[in-house]
Amino acid sequence: MAVKNFVVASFSDEAVLFPAVKKVRTAGYKIHDVYTPFPIHGLDHALGLRETSLHTAGFIYGITGTTTALSCMSWVFNSDWPMNIGGKPHFPLPAFIPITFELTVLFSAVGMVLTFCYLCQLAPFVKKHIFHPRQTDDLFVMAIEVTAKTNTEELKSFLASIGGQQINEQRAEAGWWYGRFDQDDRLFEAKRVEAVNA
Amino acid sequence: MHLKYESTLREPLVDGVKDYHQVTEDIISPIEAKPGKLWYVGFFISLLLLGFGIFSVTWEVYYGTGVWNLNKTIGWGWDITNFVWWVGIGHAGTLISAILLLFRQGWRTGVNRAAEAMTIFAVMCAGQFPIFHMGRVWMAFFVLPYPNTRGPLWVNFNSPLLWDVFAISTYFTVSLLFWYSGLIPDFATVRDRAKTKLRKLLYGIASFGWTGSTKHWQRHEALSLVLAGLSTPLVLSVHTIVSFDFATSVIPGWHTTIFPPYFVAGAIFSGFAMVQTLLIIVRKVLKLEEYITLGHMEAMNKVIVLTGSVVGCAYLTELFMAWYAGVPYEFATFYKYRAAGPLGWSYWIMMTCNVITPQVFWFSKMRRNVAVTFVMSIIVNIGMWFERFVIICTSLYRDYLPSSWAYYRPSWPEVGFYMGTFGLFFTCFFLFAKYFPVIAVAEIKSILKTSGESYKKGMEQYEEQSAEVFEAGLHHHDDHHHDTHGAVAHAHN
Repeated sequence: MAVKNFVVASFSDEAVLFPAVKKVRTAGYKIHDVYTPFPIHGLDHALGLRETSLHTAGFIYGITGTTTALSCMSWVFNSDWPMNIGGKPHFPLPAFIPITFELTVLFSAVGMVLTFCYLCQLAPFVKKHIFHPRQTDDLFVMAIEVTAKTNTEELKSFLASIGGQQINEQRAEAGWWYGRFDQDDRLFEAKRVEAVNA
Repeated sequence: MHLKYESTLREPLVDGVKDYHQVTEDIISPIEAKPGKLWYVGFFISLLLLGFGIFSVTWEVYYGTGVWNLNKTIGWGWDITNFVWWVGIGHAGTLISAILLLFRQGWRTGVNRAAEAMTIFAVMCAGQFPIFHMGRVWMAFFVLPYPNTRGPLWVNFNSPLLWDVFAISTYFTVSLLFWYSGLIPDFATVRDRAKTKLRKLLYGIASFGWTGSTKHWQRHEALSLVLAGLSTPLVLSVHTIVSFDFATSVIPGWHTTIFPPYFVAGAIFSGFAMVQTLLIIVRKVLKLEEYITLGHMEAMNKVIVLTGSVVGCAYLTELFMAWYAGVPYEFATFYKYRAAGPLGWSYWIMMTCNVITPQVFWFSKMRRNVAVTFVMSIIVNIGMWFERFVIICTSLYRDYLPSSWAYYRPSWPEVGFYMGTFGLFFTCFFLFAKYFPVIAVAEIKSILKTSGESYKKGMEQYEEQSAEVFEAGLHHHDDHHHDTHGAVAHAHN
């Protein structure tokens, strides 16, 4: 959570974006993120991101569901209130399978979605800076973080040379905050930072 | 990156010359426009039906289930018929979004959003029936296993009816999560192009602050894939468990091992029919013919003729087994009281609508005919309603004791309840069609360059090249990995 300076470039075609990502990284600039209107396969690798472990989490949630279902049902039927239902066994495993399966799926799905929302900081009323309004429409928007060593002008002309369009500088909160999209960004931190500098 | 190669021989999934922005325009602009007159008329009729349904149900709750024409012999009538029918319809959405995703069927992208919405609404409708059949509906929470002050007296985990509680509620939850996680990026698209403050606010809330970050997309893809993997056995399990409600009993006509696959096939059959009914209207009204193409309808009609034939085989197998097993009660149920007898007419409606008429879809001309498809989709759903009615009522109305034989016709609150669920379903669907992106915008964009008509045309010159010539051409590009794509872009220019 910090307000940072960014140089932002838009690309209109994946075919231009991929080589551009490679060149920007080779040149040593720090890509904050690339925003795309749809998932672009391979872009995560091009950006050097590691694989997500969301599937592993899903598996763990799933076996939690399996265990919960089996242990609860056996506890109820064997120890809490053993009931004779037509002389049937107290641990009828085949009859437990449907509920066990359903709870496995339920735990895994709910757990994964919640984890996904947590990791990506997605929730109602969460607001993030949108670098370009068309990054959810048809543009691939690359935001490069400006560090102390960055020569902004040089970076801008470099981006232009590799196919970037609508290149501009933006000062924005890098994380999320509670806010509404119909209101302007309230960058409390930005003001604070400026006050400290002054 | 669209490194996947798709032959130009395959029909394009998106017709017309389009770029990404045009896709957004086409799908999102109906949300931003005022709805037409037809929408208001349809929505008003749905609300009326819903109102009548609420009145009928209130009547039933107030006076008790006795106002339904159920009796000692026929304990399940329209209520459970409608329950199974709606659950069945609710199977197409998840099948399209999950199983077809695993099978990498590109055509699902045009129809999955609406089909998933339909699934959720159908399951909502289905759930009403068992809940209100309980009679004392304020005690419906007794089906949940929680430590209570009645002992604690637990629910019977051996009962298929309880399995149903778990199956349907899990199915609803998982379908909802799957649907909504897919909607988040599209809501963000609506939000970022919104002109009015209210729209920015509401879609801002609904989009959960989605930005389209690469990492988020990577996780989103992983999430969709795993949810699809989970939903695939789930969708099969749900109707299997619904069929257990019958199959684990000892009633002749219900006690058959063929029920799970037969019910699942029937569910897919009726679900696809309902998707066709809705999408034929949606594509016309919202002018989305270029996204929901005749190719999509043909693909779904193929599924309909396949599953319809599976269902037909199941009917014949049942008849054969009733004779072959040599059990006089089974034989009587199937041959004397189902295919003949006072309720025999319902059996022949079922046979005609489900087995005979769908055979027209063996002909490509019929599969690609909008009018035929629309009429057929309604016939199939009538047939599938009668299938459930036949299974439930014709197995019950002739008991072991001739003294308890009865006939069954619904009373007005039963019919009203059913009409009310139509009201609920269409009220939800009209709101969905107006306020939600009815086609998964991001997914269409991700297949546009492999399956869009204009891009496919550009590939034709490469199709004709020999492999050697094509390979030689590749070395002119800088970046070796993205050649195929570069070729597409180049061809397009």
